[in-house]
Amino acid sequence: MAEAQNIPAGSTTTGSIAVAAESTVATRMSAPPSFDVADFPVPHGREEEWRFTPLERLRGLHDGTAVATGGGVKVAIEAPEGVTVETVGRDDARLGKAGTPVDRVAAQAYTSFEQASVVTVAKEAVLAEPIRIAVHGEGGVAYGHQLVELGAFAEAVVVIDHTGDAVLAANVDYVLGDGAKLTVVSVQDWDETAVHVGQHNALVGRDASFKSIVVTFGGDLVRLHPRVSYAGTGGEAELFGLYFTDKGQHQEHRLLVNHNTPHCKSNAAYKGALQGDGAHAVWIGDVLIQARAEGTDTYEMNRNLVLTDGARVDSVPNLEIETGEIVGAGHASATGRFDDEQLFYLMSRGIPAEEARRLVVRGFFAELVQQIGLPDVEARLLDKIETELKASV
Amino acid sequence: MATLEIRDLHVSVEADNATKEILKGVDLTVKQGETHAIMGPNGSGKSTLAYSLAGHPKYTITRGSVTLDGEDVLEMTVDERARAGLFLAMQYPVEIPGVSVSNFLRTSATAVRGEAPKLRTWVKEVKETMSQLQMDPAFAERNVNEGFSGGEKKRHEILQLELLKPKVAILDETDSGLDVDALRIVSEGVNRVRESGEVGTLLITHYTRILRYIKPDFVHVFANGRIAESGGAELADKLENEGYEAYVKGGASA
Repeated sequence: MAEAQNIPAGSTTTGSIAVAAESTVATRMSAPPSFDVADFPVPHGREEEWRFTPLERLRGLHDGTAVATGGGVKVAIEAPEGVTVETVGRDDARLGKAGTPVDRVAAQAYTSFEQASVVTVAKEAVLAEPIRIAVHGEGGVAYGHQLVELGAFAEAVVVIDHTGDAVLAANVDYVLGDGAKLTVVSVQDWDETAVHVGQHNALVGRDASFKSIVVTFGGDLVRLHPRVSYAGTGGEAELFGLYFTDKGQHQEHRLLVNHNTPHCKSNAAYKGALQGDGAHAVWIGDVLIQARAEGTDTYEMNRNLVLTDGARVDSVPNLEIETGEIVGAGHASATGRFDDEQLFYLMSRGIPAEEARRLVVRGFFAELVQQIGLPDVEARLLDKIETELKASV
Repeated sequence: MATLEIRDLHVSVEADNATKEILKGVDLTVKQGETHAIMGPNGSGKSTLAYSLAGHPKYTITRGSVTLDGEDVLEMTVDERARAGLFLAMQYPVEIPGVSVSNFLRTSATAVRGEAPKLRTWVKEVKETMSQLQMDPAFAERNVNEGFSGGEKKRHEILQLELLKPKVAILDETDSGLDVDALRIVSEGVNRVRESGEVGTLLITHYTRILRYIKPDFVHVFANGRIAESGGAELADKLENEGYEAYVKGGASA
């Protein structure tokens, strides 16, 4: 895991910088964004957006054969005072404002959900406690939609916990009013059989700050699209992610930051550890700086630590810059191995193998965990990392 | 008194789908307080001896025994050997990203000593040792061996030697790639440990230069996978004048 841009042999990390008038981020997709599943052909697996995903493990979410079972997934929302929680029908005008589905499964989710949860934080309300959304799978197939909307200058923390077993396609919209501050922690702590696909759309208002922390530990297949665009100037987005991909798991995070307005900032940092045969992590980091987005400042980074043989990482940062009038734009991707020589070195200093591995993994994640800024979430993550380490190898 | 006994040690490696024997019957006894220099040409098996003693998985022991105070070293895992009192200062120390030197040293000292060192005395101990090795205190916050210069890596190895206080220290070409100043500083560190009288030192080197700073009690010439000749410090002088040629050209079997 050397410095940025250093891509060791054996990894499948690729990177590219395109400077083009036409957005390849858009053209790389096999169909334009749409709310209607019928606008997307059933993927065959060779499309750019599907080529890393084992379609046969989507359990029919991609081809229309996964039928909602009803009551398959329970959503419970706990919110402090100053927050309105509603369950609304498909026709609610507030839904779908933050972004349009970009692939067939996200569109399937939007086409198929029957009710949506809407969480609204009134303008200027500053919440003392987090809003907690528990999404618990009870073994069924479900489609869902959630909206979290913050009025101007409101401040909130939302923790979404995914547990249990489910085949779930669900999108989440975050709409931030001017000057609002939202931190979202989405934890995918599924049972090892679960399938979870979803698109997270954030629409960041003028001078608003959005911080997303995506933590993926569980599931047979998890594929998430955290996406950000800006509704005004001066917005900031931080996208942090942490994943621990075990034997046989497929965990895929496909980010897009669309700098569509001037003077906005974004910073993406995802780190993952992998262990065990068939562990597969995919990270796609697309950043688009549109011609009108002067004064943009963006950086994206993905680091992977491969702990054992048999694990695979695909990391693809992609930066598209349509204007030269920017503050900064950069990306880095590196995949390193915890290899036998490192293990030998630590053990030759008396440190047992298990502790050596723990030392390296903790060190790898520590810097990112410290940036979360929520002590209870940080402590829980460190605990979870310990558990993951103990669970295998 | 701690004694490392190596008897008839044969070691092989797998290379290009073939097994190659590198050590062909090494006999050596290192007692606490003694310093043995092992000298020999490139490819004679010196480093293989060092790594085999530490337990590197690349090397397969095919015959012989190694004991430390009667305990079978070859039965121990790598970390058990270190906790039993073996230390290998490596020629090419490995980078460990994400792990700071201070965290590493403390974890290691805790493992070797069997309990966590008391924080206050530990900090002082590390600071003093680093300053004797002329290491910047900021060094402690860097990641282990990451971006270290050759000299910094060697100082870091000797820092560990001083802190871990092994019974037997194996120094694998610690002198290689060091300028005269760094060689002196590193040698002084080794000498501080030797002066305690509690360590047996196995100094593996290609050059006689380091022996001006670290005086050996015994010098062994290593050639073709075994010790070809043993003597006192005067043997080093002979090597200095005559080189290894006599041993390389069939001298080893003489």
